[in-house]
Amino acid sequence: MKDKIFKSLLFFAAALILILTAGIVYSLVIRSTDAFARFGFWQFVTSPEWDPRPESEHYGALSFIVGTLMTSVLALFFCIPFSFPVALFTGEYFKGKKVASLVGSVVNLLAGIPSIVYGLWGFYTLRPIIISLGLNEQGFGVLTASLVLAIMIIPYASSLTSEFLSMVPNDLKEGAYSLGATRLEVISRVSFPAAASGILASYILALGRALGETMAVTMLIGNTNNIPSSLIDTGNTMASVIANQFGEASGLKLSSLIAIGLLLFLITAVINSIAKLAMKRIKS
Amino acid sequence: MGYGVSKLRFRNWKNKAFYIFVCVMSGITMFPLFFIIWELIKKGYKQFNYSFFTEVAPTSMDAMLAKMSDSVIPGGVLNGITGSLLILGMAIVFAIPVGILAGIYLSEKKESRFAGIIRFLTDLVQGIPSIVVGIIAYAWVVKPMHGYSALAGSVALAIMMLPLVIRSTEETLNMLPVSLKEAGLALGASYTNVILKILLPSAFGGLFTGILLAVSRIMGETAPLMLTALGAAAVNWDWSKPTSSLPLLIWEFYNDPNLIDLIWSSSLLLLLLILTLNLIAKQVANKWKIQ
Repeated sequence: MKDKIFKSLLFFAAALILILTAGIVYSLVIRSTDAFARFGFWQFVTSPEWDPRPESEHYGALSFIVGTLMTSVLALFFCIPFSFPVALFTGEYFKGKKVASLVGSVVNLLAGIPSIVYGLWGFYTLRPIIISLGLNEQGFGVLTASLVLAIMIIPYASSLTSEFLSMVPNDLKEGAYSLGATRLEVISRVSFPAAASGILASYILALGRALGETMAVTMLIGNTNNIPSSLIDTGNTMASVIANQFGEASGLKLSSLIAIGLLLFLITAVINSIAKLAMKRIKS
Repeated sequence: MGYGVSKLRFRNWKNKAFYIFVCVMSGITMFPLFFIIWELIKKGYKQFNYSFFTEVAPTSMDAMLAKMSDSVIPGGVLNGITGSLLILGMAIVFAIPVGILAGIYLSEKKESRFAGIIRFLTDLVQGIPSIVVGIIAYAWVVKPMHGYSALAGSVALAIMMLPLVIRSTEETLNMLPVSLKEAGLALGASYTNVILKILLPSAFGGLFTGILLAVSRIMGETAPLMLTALGAAAVNWDWSKPTSSLPLLIWEFYNDPNLIDLIWSSSLLLLLLILTLNLIAKQVANKWKIQ
């Protein structure tokens, strides 16, 4: 009897996740219907116009979708030359050694720093550098945001990549060594190809992280409602426009912001699912 | 012959150059952490005094007057500390029982189809951007209650914490040897007792580490709290009222030119708390490692 109750308790706790997810999707959809009904789903996604004036009220998400993709992809680009060497350091060159776990821990601690602290650091340390380089008068913009974003996602990319690199069977590598290959050749012709799909999945997951980052980006991107015309232009991401305008929004604007939230949810869900499914297939 | 030697030299040179490149880049990647901590200490240590922990955040006016007379800005972050405690405490109460039970379920039903779906959804929830979680808590709690509240903030943080707790519970339990469970059942213990009195205590270290890491992960969350807990100028222990928290205070200070000097000390405090939790988690993990 007691066991039965306990077992159903376990089942109920697990089922709660299902209810939670369904509830999240339901609430987002219900609360964004106003915006989608008014502008049409496709219109909303493809219109770059964001005009809150009552007489010509019109909302579209394109500027923010483009801003999000630009910052995230750029951040992913910037993070590769740092995260990949760290992964090689911890998962290949010094695998299992003390120095590898030291470097790994320090880099992983980067994931513990709150987004808002990264934002402050970007604002007071990185922004003046951008200004002094003459890239941008105010120092805000896509470039500044994605540089900080790159630092934030390094630990996610490097720890998973390192895991996949260290999973490459030793026999393969030893075979190459015995044929006279140097370490670099073993890495580039054996380890990397063997782990390539896992590494790709790690970087997709890091991209998923970057898409949803809010505070640091909000503090650095400049918060203008336009499609960024270049890398040094200002803009807004989907997350930053919600963070900036949710507080004073109501009616159609609120619904539009929640619609952007729904789109952001869908994009990250798709990206994360692709990465997770790929990883599951590789690991089994 | 000569061709072979020079080619070999080039290959060796490339090999070494790449090795140096990897080491240098790894070293550079360690920089930002120390750089950020150093910056916070350098700019924030002056505000670290007794009143920083015992007084609430100053008003913009007080801070301006202090700045004009060139003295240290009065007040502290007490309302943020207590608010963080309240919101985090409630989030822990919501997320941990459900998270551990669901984690047990997943590790017990390794092959079941339903468990596979739950596992997938757990990953999905973990990937939801924090600002979207904020919208959810706004729709579920702020709207029905007609006002911002500590409860709404803790619901948001609990949603973010839940998948972390589920996954760490499942992984820890999966590491336990099957013989442990079998021995308990063979001795006639009931299923419930085997799980509650044998498996969970054996997995304590892993569970505790997972919870500490989950708390440290959500402790610095700002965006979802902006949409739910909003912030408050005074110490508030009422779960149904707007409440401040450390990250919310940092955001407030950042947006007020008179209070801006306080961002460094409050960020330093927040970061120290998070890093301490991380270090404790690591110690616990090492001490209670499953053999």
